[in-house]
Amino acid sequence: MTEPRMIEISPVTRVEGHGKVTIHLNAENEVDEARLHIVEFRGFERFIRGRLMWEVPVIVQRLCGICPVSHHLAAAKAMDMIAGVDQLTPTGEKMRRLMHYGQVMQSHVLHFFHLAAPDLLFGFGAPAEKRNIFEVLKEQPELGKRAVLMRKYGQEIIEATAGKKVHGTGAIPGGINRNLPLERRDHFLSNVDEMIEWCLDAVKLARDYTLENEDLVSEFGSFPSNYMSIVRESDGALDLYHGSLRALSSTGDKIFDQVPYTKYHELIVEDVRSWSYMKFPFIKELGPDVGWYRVGPLARMNTASFIDTPLADAAHKELRAVTSGTPNNSTLANHWARMIEVLHCVEKIRELLHDPDLQGTDLIAKGDRREEGIGVIEAPRGNLIHHYKVDENDQVTYCNLIVSTTHNNEGMNRAVKDVAIKHLSGKEQITEGLLNHVEVAVRAYDPCLSCATHALGQMPLQVELFNAEGGLVDRRSQCI
Amino acid sequence: MAGKSLFDRAERGSAMILIGYGNPGRGDDGLGPAFSQRLADRAHSELEIDTDYQLVAEHALTISSHDVVVFADAQMGGETAFSFQEIAAGAPEILGSHSLRPETVLALCETLYGARPRAYVLGISGQEFGEVKEGLSERAKKNLEDAEAFFLDWLSKNTGSDVQLQQRADS
Repeated sequence: MTEPRMIEISPVTRVEGHGKVTIHLNAENEVDEARLHIVEFRGFERFIRGRLMWEVPVIVQRLCGICPVSHHLAAAKAMDMIAGVDQLTPTGEKMRRLMHYGQVMQSHVLHFFHLAAPDLLFGFGAPAEKRNIFEVLKEQPELGKRAVLMRKYGQEIIEATAGKKVHGTGAIPGGINRNLPLERRDHFLSNVDEMIEWCLDAVKLARDYTLENEDLVSEFGSFPSNYMSIVRESDGALDLYHGSLRALSSTGDKIFDQVPYTKYHELIVEDVRSWSYMKFPFIKELGPDVGWYRVGPLARMNTASFIDTPLADAAHKELRAVTSGTPNNSTLANHWARMIEVLHCVEKIRELLHDPDLQGTDLIAKGDRREEGIGVIEAPRGNLIHHYKVDENDQVTYCNLIVSTTHNNEGMNRAVKDVAIKHLSGKEQITEGLLNHVEVAVRAYDPCLSCATHALGQMPLQVELFNAEGGLVDRRSQCI
Repeated sequence: MAGKSLFDRAERGSAMILIGYGNPGRGDDGLGPAFSQRLADRAHSELEIDTDYQLVAEHALTISSHDVVVFADAQMGGETAFSFQEIAAGAPEILGSHSLRPETVLALCETLYGARPRAYVLGISGQEFGEVKEGLSERAKKNLEDAEAFFLDWLSKNTGSDVQLQQRADS
């Protein structure tokens, strides 16, 4: 018998930003409590106050080095509302959608091929020196090259629509400030069919992993929850750029459906806990104990009635069939869902590239100014809410952001605890490989803990082991 | 007429590429982008400039068509205004995050494309990283100027003494 102790994983690796996991073991080496802590406080909502509304879509990109385009577009949508614009011009909306599909595609590809693939290919408990992208490349070099080129394709679309890679300015209140020149369109068209072929291969890879490891996938960080996303207003189809809010229970019953996202604050409440800077949102009518929910790729597969692109729709049907059409609760099924969304994005990109509206010149719509705006999109990691109020001088007086990782806060904590109990409880020795199981559960949500400060020499991995009195028993550290 | 295929081998670029990276919304973490932006304002036929939030896998493809790559980043805790050193490819034990280290980009470049550009890291010392904040600290601004003066001198020596760096008319 050993003394009670606490294990700390800080920071969790292969996620964006800094977080740490603490695991409390009792005297029998069983897990008493496990939590994901967010150790950084952004303060962005205060930072944005006083800024001019026209600047906001550009400035908010500094929230995150991974998905700046998501913030750019969510803020632009909120500013559309303030500008009194409820319907963009066809060119404005389609250029923004093109930008968004490029963003979601490249983000998902990075996560699946570079961050998750080592775990999936070599196993969660494989030696640490084996679990990296170079070992993946040794085994499957063509996969690595494809991943780079798929990322590059998405990044080039972002650059063509947003104007530049860093701090793009494409989306502005009421529309867009550029169209897509024919030579850029032709460049993207020349590769899009091959890209779709590669996406189909990626879907198959993720699907095969999920089905061939059914026992692991169905138990690893798997638990019932509610799910929420926006879906297309007319028919409940998957729509990553615009729609109304839908929430389902773990059995697929509708909690709310087709609610305008401008009413999000009537549906969702944000809870605060003393041990984390990140809030814990829940569905108001259900309360904090049962009202928490998950967002993201798998949540969207659960909430969407169908997908309006044929190849992704077929893949969606296959995923849904695994759970007989009821919501899929397996954390690891997020990888399959993510690849289905990559396929959907590239299908949408191809559809848009054939649309002459992308070369249109009517870029901006106008309307009667309002003082409040809410913009919601489905970002790579899930639902993203931007809410602003401005004064008569166009200066921001109020800002509230609910980012995807915040929506998933309770879900990630439950996943950490579930995996810790199943894989760590009762073990005499907690090895690095066992601890990686916990990180795998966190990584499946591709959390963005929003840091993007990465100056040279930062990001050490530290694992610390404490006894019940708080004394340091063991520490492992490596520079990554 | 379709554009160049994305899947063609990267065309031969200019001899040297400078990649400045960091988050300008995090105070002095924006030193890398600030440096590359300053260099972008100068015309130089043998130097290509890239600016980004962070290093990612596709930078391996980008640098594969260049002989020399210079990574410009903010540096924490530096005792001097800047540091400049040659680096070699190195695979970390674990790929840490969504962002990569310069050594990892080099290793990816060699593994994926068989290219081994000569590589340097220019670390510019900053002081204020923690807050969400635009603009550089006064000390970082001075360090940026010193780093630029050094780099222009180094560039001149390494691209031929007859090369004159000119301020662009529109800058």
